[in-house]
Amino acid sequence: MTQLALGTPGLRNRPALRRRRAKSALLVGLLIAAVVVAVGVLAWVLIYVAIQGAGALNLGFLTNTPPGNPSAPGGGFYNGIVGSLIIVGIAAAIAIPLGIGAAIYLVEYGRGRLSSTIRFFNDVLIGIPTIVTGAFIYAIWVTRFGFSGFAGSLALAIVMLPLVTRTTEEMLRLVPNELREGSLALGATRSQTVMRVCIPTALPGIITGAMLAIARAMGETAPLLLTTLGNDLFIEYNPAKRMSTLSLQIFDNAVTGFQEAQARAWAGALTLIAIVLIFTFAARFFGRRVRTSNA
Amino acid sequence: MVGSGEMASELSIIGALEEDDPGKVRPARPNVVQVENPAVSTRNVNAFYGTFLALRNVSISAPKGEITAIIGPSGCGKSTLLRSLNRINDLIPSFTLEGEVLVGDQNVYESGVDVASLRRHVGMLFQRPAPFPMSIYDNVVYSLRLDGRQAKATLDDAVERSLQQTGLWEEVKDRLKAAATGLSGGQQQRLCLARTLAAGSDIILMDEPCAALDPISTLRIEELMRELRGTITIIIVTHNLQQAARVSDYTAFMLMGEGRAGELVELGKTDEMFKDPVDKRTEDYITGRFG
Repeated sequence: MTQLALGTPGLRNRPALRRRRAKSALLVGLLIAAVVVAVGVLAWVLIYVAIQGAGALNLGFLTNTPPGNPSAPGGGFYNGIVGSLIIVGIAAAIAIPLGIGAAIYLVEYGRGRLSSTIRFFNDVLIGIPTIVTGAFIYAIWVTRFGFSGFAGSLALAIVMLPLVTRTTEEMLRLVPNELREGSLALGATRSQTVMRVCIPTALPGIITGAMLAIARAMGETAPLLLTTLGNDLFIEYNPAKRMSTLSLQIFDNAVTGFQEAQARAWAGALTLIAIVLIFTFAARFFGRRVRTSNA
Repeated sequence: MVGSGEMASELSIIGALEEDDPGKVRPARPNVVQVENPAVSTRNVNAFYGTFLALRNVSISAPKGEITAIIGPSGCGKSTLLRSLNRINDLIPSFTLEGEVLVGDQNVYESGVDVASLRRHVGMLFQRPAPFPMSIYDNVVYSLRLDGRQAKATLDDAVERSLQQTGLWEEVKDRLKAAATGLSGGQQQRLCLARTLAAGSDIILMDEPCAALDPISTLRIEELMRELRGTITIIIVTHNLQQAARVSDYTAFMLMGEGRAGELVELGKTDEMFKDPVDKRTEDYITGRFG
């Protein structure tokens, strides 16, 4: 059959075949263009922020608080870095276990109407604008207990929770059913199967999902404006008090109009990207180690 | 391609000649042979997925220490039957069962039966080998660790014994800590058999265990089945008639009956059944006239 197709010259240059080839080439071209645009824009953002931020970014920036006068040069975002890590850390400690737990329920136990309802609301929750989340925490928490880092953590936890639930759920769904049946067929209970087979199998993906949620929370600004408010001048380690975060400081410094403050904002943006990147790489590395030690 | 087409039409000519042979004498055996003291048996089992009747009035028995094959065309309920024996089908929410499934003389669908212990006793091998994504060693001792921490000597011992039993020991003894997923398909399936043996199962259900394997690995599994015969009762669902003929002592033939419900047509000694089936439909199936 192959002989026939290749050996017959009449079959080689049919117009239909040429059209198909042209279409195929066009499609490949479009895909390459899409990749170039997508990666190009990303690279542009990174390079631009790096160039703008590198000028003001130095050790002093990472270890000092901002100057009292925003038009003064120097100073740094140390309080914001600390605030971001503490606030996001608390948010992660709330949202990740809850989200993973909810996902386990949805995938391994939930069936029928209840779980599809939960899944639906989870998807709705992903789509809620984060400023609304901030307003909600403002109404139920800040009006009673005042602005605090912890209020910010609560808001960020609400932002993270559906993301963690969703990614964990997807990862658990990817665990082949054969593994579950294999475990149950060996006399394992359902919870043993979840803990010993499903979670370890899905762990690298779950970690990646959690890290994405953390990265997202790191960059959130809107829900923090209404909850932790910001604290631009002092270093604050106590989440019961008002705290600053990197994202808030970037915002505050960027809108001042002073060149010195805007330079700090760029440096803060670069720092934020660096922190997120470090987290992402750490997650990759950790996830891979888990996989190899497990597999 | 041309050749096989001719062969098929030749076969159907032979079929047509035999089809209306009224003089054909059927053997006087019963349709369904009842064995004494079976390891597993079902009594009048009706199985449902929701309202769909998947098995109608199936009563089979599988003799202790022997190999029983379940054959039949796709959709005839072979797997449903097999999977109801260790209640793994309970995982499907809509599944319900009427009648009795007896392991020894215990009805396993009675309330108060501990499903986990039942499954430890009645192991299972699936179509696609599915080793857990952990080391070979951890796979084998998976079931033992479910009871809590075990002495290392106990585990080591179980690993060596069950890997010996499945002929894997020589192949993997130097890399017990390596990932089980790195083994070949045939090795993976033997590993799954090993972990079932380590669990202490003396009845093993096999749901087309060779469907995803190459011919050599298939023969290796069949060899193992013959070796385990005597100590382990095996019930195997297979699409492969030759496999049933090669490996089993007893064969059950199932067909879709009215309303697409699976029914047991014939159950008997494999050699007798393949040589001289009682039921016309069995003969049609094993001579390749349909299925």
